Amino acid sequence: MDTIYILWLRQLKRYFRSKSRIIGSLGQPLLFLVALGFGLGPIYQKAGGGSYIEFLTPGIVAMGILFTSLFSGIEIIWDRQFGFLKETLVAPTSRLQIMIGRTLGGATVASLQGLIILFLSFLVGFRLENMSFLPVTIVFIFLIALLFTALGTAIASVLEDMQGFQLIMNFLVMPLFFLSGALFPLQGLPKTFNIITRIDPLSYGVDGLRGTLTNISHFGLLTDFLVLSIMTALILMLGSYLFSKIQI
Amino acid sequence: MIRVINLTKKFDDFTAVDNVSFSVKKGEIFAFLGPNGAGKTTTIKMLTTLLRPTSGQIFIDGNNPANEQDKVRQSFGIVFQDPSLDDELTAYENMEFHGVLYKVPKEIRKVRIEQLLKFVELWERKDELVKNFSGGMKRRLEVARGLIHHPKILFLDEPTLGLDPQTRSHIWNYIKNLNKEEQMTIFFTTHYMEEAERAAQRVAIIDQGKIISQGTPEELKQNTKTNFLEDAFLSLTGTTIREEKANNLDHMRIHRRIRH
Repeated sequence: MDTIYILWLRQLKRYFRSKSRIIGSLGQPLLFLVALGFGLGPIYQKAGGGSYIEFLTPGIVAMGILFTSLFSGIEIIWDRQFGFLKETLVAPTSRLQIMIGRTLGGATVASLQGLIILFLSFLVGFRLENMSFLPVTIVFIFLIALLFTALGTAIASVLEDMQGFQLIMNFLVMPLFFLSGALFPLQGLPKTFNIITRIDPLSYGVDGLRGTLTNISHFGLLTDFLVLSIMTALILMLGSYLFSKIQI
Repeated sequence: MIRVINLTKKFDDFTAVDNVSFSVKKGEIFAFLGPNGAGKTTTIKMLTTLLRPTSGQIFIDGNNPANEQDKVRQSFGIVFQDPSLDDELTAYENMEFHGVLYKVPKEIRKVRIEQLLKFVELWERKDELVKNFSGGMKRRLEVARGLIHHPKILFLDEPTLGLDPQTRSHIWNYIKNLNKEEQMTIFFTTHYMEEAERAAQRVAIIDQGKIISQGTPEELKQNTKTNFLEDAFLSLTGTTIREEKANNLDHMRIHRRIRH
């Protein structure tokens, strides 16, 4: 228990100490929110969709969580390169505990990041439909964070160095985000495209957030929750397995 | 305490460690010497469960690192050759982290951390982030960290690299003391031959993955008819300078500097 706690604490300390990182990783989501929110807002309204900021905010919160959590997972590569991973791996502690501690830490950090974006979105005019759903929102935020931290860990366990970084960015993070319905409604899409959005696990995260924040849900909250939970469990298992196989 | 039988490690077609056998008795101080790229660190990595051997057997306190990793990890401590501190944490936090990971009880942890940080003269700077430390300070901190839990076997991979003679002798006195008082087995590598001569009871010399000689420093000197271990070492391994492949770490360092 102590081990998990100290690893969790380490992630948090690192997060709060790098102010530039907090601010830096808020910049992109906010830019998206402002540029797309105000830029496409009028057209969206004309098309009968209502307030685009309202629609977009849950998607941008999910984006912030996705980026932060995936990169907390991938941070293992840095730890490997700078030697700190060795220090943890030779300790008489099970690798599962190490993986759990790190992942919970990364997920907590990503959740905080998501909450900050949500809070900032109030400044550009986002309003909550129903305050009483907020605890459920937080559950969804944490699930998304957990899923993608574990995914980052899994990836980092098989990558030797940061050479594959661009690859991950372009072929994983960006598609996950753009195909998730974070930016557009999932109704009435072309058939193949529709299937792709349904395969993307982030779609269910975005939908869950949208459901709890604005009362509009495409798949239904229960489906969102089940799909996310199952995916998270699977990826956690995969991540733990790959992490336990790391050799240095 | 440590027994290694026909240990081999291959990376693709390169054989880093080639059919190596040796053993270290309980309470012994054992020096593992060799030129750069001889296979010292690879051997240590296999002994400490970080790498799986291609073939051969290892017993650490009777357990095999390949399948009894947890038991093996409970029996040793290690100071790595290259840095392994978390730069974003303070000196004290690095120590604390290690203590918790090695399950040192809270009371003992507090006492030992204070004692060790004072010993390496970093107590006044315990709350500073490690990234602000000089190379020597980091090294001292790392050695101190490796000594928080008192393991049965202590691996030291070039522990005194880059330290001045004062600090080196200071640290060695502490290690020798631990060896005497707790019967701790010490396995170390170094490029300072006089250090090996002074501290080690037995020495093995490895070159190009093979052990070419082992025995007490006296025996090695007699066999090569030399007066100093350094001369014995040179007469055994030759005087050619070894080339080592650049690793990714060097690239990463550059990378990181640009990123931040």
